[in-house]
Amino acid sequence: MRVPVSITINGRQYSRDVEPRLLLVHLIRDVLGLTGTKVGCDTSQCGSCTVLIDGVAAKSCTCLAVQADGLSVTTIEGLAGDDGLHPLQESFWNKHGLQCGYCTPGMIMASHELLRCNPDPSDDEIRHGLEGNFCRCTGYQNIVRAVRDAAGSATGGAQ
Amino acid sequence: MSASTFGSGIRRREDPRLITGTATYTDDIVLPGMLHAAMLRSPFAHARIRNIDTSAAAEAPGVVAVYIGADTDGEIGPAPCAWLLPDSGLTIADYHCIAKDTARYVGDIVAVVVAESIHQTYDALDLIDVDYDMLDAVVEPKQSAAEGAPQLHAEIEGNQAFHWTVTGGGDITEAFESADVVVKETIVQQRLIPNAMEPRAALASYTKATGELTLWNTTQNPHIVRFLVSLVAGIPEDRLRVIAPEVGGGFGSKIAVYPADFITVFCSKKLGVPVKWVETRSENYQATTHGRDHVQEIELAATSDGKIVGLRATVWAGMGAYLSTAAPGIPTILHGLMLSGVYDIPAIHEDVYGLYTNTTPVEAYRGAGRPEATFMVERLVDLLATKLGMDPAEVRRRNFIPKFDDGHDVVTGLTYDSGDYDGALTKLLGEAGYDQLRAEQAEARKEGRYIGVGLSTYVEICGLGPSQVAGAIGFQGGLWESAIVRFHPSGKVNVMIGASPHGQGEETTFAQIIAGELGVSPDDVKVIHGDTENTPMGWGTYGSRTTAVGGAALALAARKIRDKAMVIAAHLLEAAVEDMEYEDGKFFVKGSPESSKTIQDIALMANVAWNMPEGVEAGLEATTFYDPPNFVFPYGAHLAKVEVDAETGSVTLQRYVAVDDCGPQINPVIVEGQVHGGIVQGIGQALWEEGVYDEDGQLLTGTMLDYAIPRADGLPDIEVHSTVTPSPHHPLGVKGIGEAGTIASTAAVYNAVIDALQPLGVSSVRMPLTPERVWRSIQAAEEDN
Repeated sequence: MRVPVSITINGRQYSRDVEPRLLLVHLIRDVLGLTGTKVGCDTSQCGSCTVLIDGVAAKSCTCLAVQADGLSVTTIEGLAGDDGLHPLQESFWNKHGLQCGYCTPGMIMASHELLRCNPDPSDDEIRHGLEGNFCRCTGYQNIVRAVRDAAGSATGGAQ
Repeated sequence: MSASTFGSGIRRREDPRLITGTATYTDDIVLPGMLHAAMLRSPFAHARIRNIDTSAAAEAPGVVAVYIGADTDGEIGPAPCAWLLPDSGLTIADYHCIAKDTARYVGDIVAVVVAESIHQTYDALDLIDVDYDMLDAVVEPKQSAAEGAPQLHAEIEGNQAFHWTVTGGGDITEAFESADVVVKETIVQQRLIPNAMEPRAALASYTKATGELTLWNTTQNPHIVRFLVSLVAGIPEDRLRVIAPEVGGGFGSKIAVYPADFITVFCSKKLGVPVKWVETRSENYQATTHGRDHVQEIELAATSDGKIVGLRATVWAGMGAYLSTAAPGIPTILHGLMLSGVYDIPAIHEDVYGLYTNTTPVEAYRGAGRPEATFMVERLVDLLATKLGMDPAEVRRRNFIPKFDDGHDVVTGLTYDSGDYDGALTKLLGEAGYDQLRAEQAEARKEGRYIGVGLSTYVEICGLGPSQVAGAIGFQGGLWESAIVRFHPSGKVNVMIGASPHGQGEETTFAQIIAGELGVSPDDVKVIHGDTENTPMGWGTYGSRTTAVGGAALALAARKIRDKAMVIAAHLLEAAVEDMEYEDGKFFVKGSPESSKTIQDIALMANVAWNMPEGVEAGLEATTFYDPPNFVFPYGAHLAKVEVDAETGSVTLQRYVAVDDCGPQINPVIVEGQVHGGIVQGIGQALWEEGVYDEDGQLLTGTMLDYAIPRADGLPDIEVHSTVTPSPHHPLGVKGIGEAGTIASTAAVYNAVIDALQPLGVSSVRMPLTPERVWRSIQAAEEDN
């Protein structure tokens, strides 16, 4: 059985017939070929698959594709728009907030959510805000610096 | 941009593709006509396979093929062990890619399904009916060595994979008999799961008409994969291309070439179409190699004034059900030879027993043998300090190898390259404010609070290593590295390297080496790696060797370029080569820098070759194969400060201060990142992580839900400092930094927790130091008192 799904991803509309069991992350990656979103686990721990659904961060492995029918999704590929990098992407780059890069798309999307809810977080708030996203390379310290840096640039320099 | 780029913390050239989601990892690749493979894995740790019925699976929708062990006869051989440890009675059990008659760990492959979609493969796996006869299992290495233990391999007595010894220096028995004090400890270096964030994957594409196969693989060492796949699957090496595209971390778990890799190759070869296999995280936990798993009985002999006179140890190392690619060298060569640590120890003896157990094979995991050695030594030194009532820093100082800058022999047979261990500790104690910390601790104790300060001083063997040594220690490969530097007519540079970084940033640091040597901007250098078709032979990225060995190869290749460019420049300036000078990308006659030729000028002339000196070949390109004369030995001193809540047993890591010496730093920001990540992995071992099997061999920590990976919370900001002691034998003086943090930090945190608990009478807690374990240890100590 297949069911129709119509979904907007990064501003473009896609209509596909999918199996009801298909996870949103697999729709994004395997059906639509947007491979920036990663799969790092099978129990919704790692956060590598984090995307924005109608502007709110969600782990796209916890959501069926059919549940996203009619919704608007932003993935890492669509974060920046046409004019260069999003401030978070710049900050991750500037602060060496990534090494192997596999967790990075999810980490950036989760950081986006963190700053949406709390535009000027303390280090402690950043650490708690990102506890649902695993990184094995960086020890998180430069990720914290990156998010703080992005918050500073978004709020006009507040540290 | 100038030579000053060497040593500056420029942004990584890798990052734009990684932060925008445009990097390509193995699982991101889709080929026309590609099929998907999934492995059926044994749910039992030890079971005879009586029968496998694949008929229903074969008929399931989308299924193209189902294979069992017998189907691979004559097609793919067993997964090889490639470290044939000499003088150890090494026994290698056949690691059939698909188990034939017996499954020996939860995760051992018993069948493979190939289908049109990944979901169809999983559906079909459920339809395979395997009739198992359960057998008794053994999971702990010391129990595996015991009489009456279940036996894994009929031809291997006592489950013993090897018995390796290291003996060095004076008479060890005499050292212990004549010692004033002896301290002893039993340590369990628990099993760890590496958890590279990218699960392992393979995509094989075989063309029957040409007999050529391309394999995309999540590997740290594509050339080794090519070599082993050619041996196991019978595809000639010249027809085999292995590509490590973007690789999402490894930490040792992507060194081995695995059964699933060979099976994917087999499936593609058999079916003549591309076949992709990607493990799930749960599969990764079951079947991608684990780390550590030692039981260590250790003792240290010393004089009453704290001078060490001998170290003796027996280690039971769990190897898992089969020997993985490099496994035998990890708990032996990379462990036992490092038992002198940073100390002058006149007599050392260690026995290491490698044991088969009904568990996932154990391999290299960040640090690989050296964290286990450092922990032993650093724990013993702390115990000695406690026994003698001395400060742990002082005991270390009394035993440090004095500062040396060109070689120091230790009794295990190694020659360390350079070091100033006291210098690192002195800097650490200053940066951390050690005396104040001790004062704070004393105050806290008066208030009934338990603050602890832990030290760990370490040296590691890195930059593996001289190939002659590799041969002598049974490593079935070389350990040199290679680099090609190619100038294009426009002055832009491609660097092709044999090593295969996967997150460590060498696309940037190697561009900085070229910038430093040849005066071009790092932006004009593209570093190419990971594809056996367009890179020279290399032996991979592990053992903190890529910069230490590959970086040396690159620097020497760059110097060859410089030498040739000098000859061409002299010709163009109508001068003798002896009269020429080079500075910062420019070649000129001594005293006349205003009239110079840039490296870009020379690159253009060499490529068009209109006016070359007599006898000089066209082109500006150089290749170097660099075999290091010795290993490199980075070192450092780390300090952890913790507070333990005696009511709950919970440990709060309050401060972590590190001083590391990896020689001159090509990019200090990248060095710092390596230190951060390494330290946190070691903290994970001390406080949180453990791969747990029950007594039947079921993996209880089978998902990320059950295995405690360090998270962003619960960690302090790490304070990173360094000293700089060049390696005397490396062209750039650099050592290595990838593993340092992990090697040091487990012992530092552990020592801090035990230091905190000293007033409560606790001297030992099994890792990880979870609140429950700490609390129980406190209760037990109270009962004893």
